[in-house]
Amino acid sequence: MNIIRKYKLWFLFSGTLIVLSLVTLVFNGMVRGKVMNFGIDFTGGTILNLRFTQPTNVGQVRGILDEYKLGEASIQKSGDNDFLIRLEPIEPEVRQKIVDEAGTKLGGVELLEADTIGPVIGSELRSQAIWAIILANGLILLYLSFRFEFIYALAGVLALIHDATITTGFMAFLYRNIDVTFVAGILTILGYSITDTVVIFDRIREDLRKPGAGKKPFADLVNQSIFSTLARSINTVLTVIIMVLSLLIFGGENTRDLCILLLIGFSFGCYSSIFIASPIVVLFSGRK
Amino acid sequence: MKKNINQFRILILLAIIGVSIYCIYQFPINLGLDLQGGTRLVFEGQDTDKVKVSDDSMSGVVAVVRGRIDALGVTEPIIQRKGKEQVIVELPGIKDPNRAIGLIGDTAQLEFAEAEWAPGDESTLTPAKIKEFYGPDAYLGHVSEGHGGQEGYERPIIIKKTALTGADLRMAYPQVDEYGNPSVGFEMNAEGAKIFAEVTSRSVGKPIAIILDKKVISAPNVKTPITEGKGIITGNFTPEEVKDFVIKLKAGALPLPIKIVETRIVGPTLGQDSIHRSFIAGVIGLLIIITFMIVYYRLPGFLADIALLIYSVSTLAILCVMHATLTLPGIAGFLLSIGIAVDANVIIFERLKEELRLGKTVKSAIETAFDRAFSAILDSNVTTVIAAVTLFLVGTGTIKGFAVTLAVGIVVSLLTAILITRMMLDMMVDGKVLTSPDTKLLYK
Repeated sequence: MNIIRKYKLWFLFSGTLIVLSLVTLVFNGMVRGKVMNFGIDFTGGTILNLRFTQPTNVGQVRGILDEYKLGEASIQKSGDNDFLIRLEPIEPEVRQKIVDEAGTKLGGVELLEADTIGPVIGSELRSQAIWAIILANGLILLYLSFRFEFIYALAGVLALIHDATITTGFMAFLYRNIDVTFVAGILTILGYSITDTVVIFDRIREDLRKPGAGKKPFADLVNQSIFSTLARSINTVLTVIIMVLSLLIFGGENTRDLCILLLIGFSFGCYSSIFIASPIVVLFSGRK
Repeated sequence: MKKNINQFRILILLAIIGVSIYCIYQFPINLGLDLQGGTRLVFEGQDTDKVKVSDDSMSGVVAVVRGRIDALGVTEPIIQRKGKEQVIVELPGIKDPNRAIGLIGDTAQLEFAEAEWAPGDESTLTPAKIKEFYGPDAYLGHVSEGHGGQEGYERPIIIKKTALTGADLRMAYPQVDEYGNPSVGFEMNAEGAKIFAEVTSRSVGKPIAIILDKKVISAPNVKTPITEGKGIITGNFTPEEVKDFVIKLKAGALPLPIKIVETRIVGPTLGQDSIHRSFIAGVIGLLIIITFMIVYYRLPGFLADIALLIYSVSTLAILCVMHATLTLPGIAGFLLSIGIAVDANVIIFERLKEELRLGKTVKSAIETAFDRAFSAILDSNVTTVIAAVTLFLVGTGTIKGFAVTLAVGIVVSLLTAILITRMMLDMMVDGKVLTSPDTKLLYK
């Protein structure tokens, strides 16, 4: 099989996913009012994580909150008697009152976690996140240009943008909560997905130095490099995915969103190294 | 001779493990707020007419906040500036965040002012009239007349002019007043005592207003001039309030008011849950990876597993020695790095397979595999480090923890996956365990 010569097929597949990702973002923006389910890290607001002693339902919790007229509150059951409550930013005294009242009326409560972030911090974080992702891409582009050639670096970074876009699209589609760990996750995906690409590029670099390399069509040479590193590409990602899956299944609620993000990102990162970055190098090189 | 080399190699491996375990035991790792429980506050400086938010004024804020927190007796608090106008405070283990917020967030500007009880009907007192009769700085205030916690009458008082501030105090301490109510005793410094004596001589029969953050907390009538610069502040305090008031007076007033923009409280239960579940997830993931490596790569895979275990303990040891703070994302980062750490070995072993297929001897195949794989391993890890560093630069708090563990993990994994695995493979060759390329111990 020649992966490189079938590039149109992969580009069509990826192009479709990218378009679907963008459509999901637009759809969310129009129908749900937010392109992604941004958490309080980005929008500002309050999260209360409460553990009740007695069996409690969402209605009872809502009953307590309604008295405070705090606008739209989202209440989500996150464990046996654990609840995650999302609210507008509130004063510490109000929070204390809510917790105290929930404790007396519903028979005992433990405050697991409370988080209040002002809207200004939220918007600061948004711009920092965007800068971080641009900066990381820029630095990777520089490093790869220095170690390989510019077209390799460009192909690698384009594949990264592909991974980040599709992963973001998936998270928008699943409408998972997006907080500051999303940024950490996307950056980890960028840093890690490029490793597979580098392994293949390194092999292309080596194969090009071999005697007689010039006689072979470049596309076939790249294809051969891909296949001789295939077990590598799969196994390296596999070991990491084992860990992510283990954390996803056995780890706590708090790392769940991060794991889902990484699972999607690492998988597409592995795919894009082979099916996107390598064909782009061949196309950009102008060689046949 | 060969045997001696192998003994030496085993010694090195044991030494690394031993030192790592010693470090982990000797420097217990700090648990972050999200694991230990505690309070995180972010304050933002507010411009006033007199003082603007600046580098100087914010450094002053940090110094005062530090003084107050030290008095609170929190172990390992974090107080740091963020950006131009923010201060991040992390207080591990603090159970009563509201007290901490009051203690840190109050400006605590104490003023002693010459005053006079407002005559007759206060509704006739316009600000203009007050200024005309009592001086340009005068304004109308109210002071609670009750004692011992009961709601009292709010008596109107005219504040004429600030004579002294908290900065003129030499010391402050908890005390009880003549009725046994918790109060704050204070002593002025020499200069302050002089001014206080002048003011109190002028004010015999009139009140001195004691104002905290623009609120009149008490206004005792001066019976005789106070010359020794000592006094007592009463005002419906609970013992706890007195304690915090004293802390604030001792640490001084904030140079400008600050506002809370972020609070985060984590109970102790959540962290324990997280640690427990991440631990289980990590062990299961590690076991599967170990099994996979042995099944797929046989003896080299087994050696890589030993290197992986050495990697795990030594990374943990380095984090301990670095005094790094372990956060939940940090644990996730560490576990991920275990999955990433075997990558270098996978790259090397796949290469080894190719070299063996070319019909090389075991010894030379190992040599070439490590040589050839090195550039790929280096380049791919540098890119991950780039991402981790970016994350460290822009991230805050728990995310920084994730970046640190990821970066340390990658660097250490390079060393263990390349040097230690290599050393153990050489050991196998020198110890005549790996002799023929066709042995079942290798996978071709």
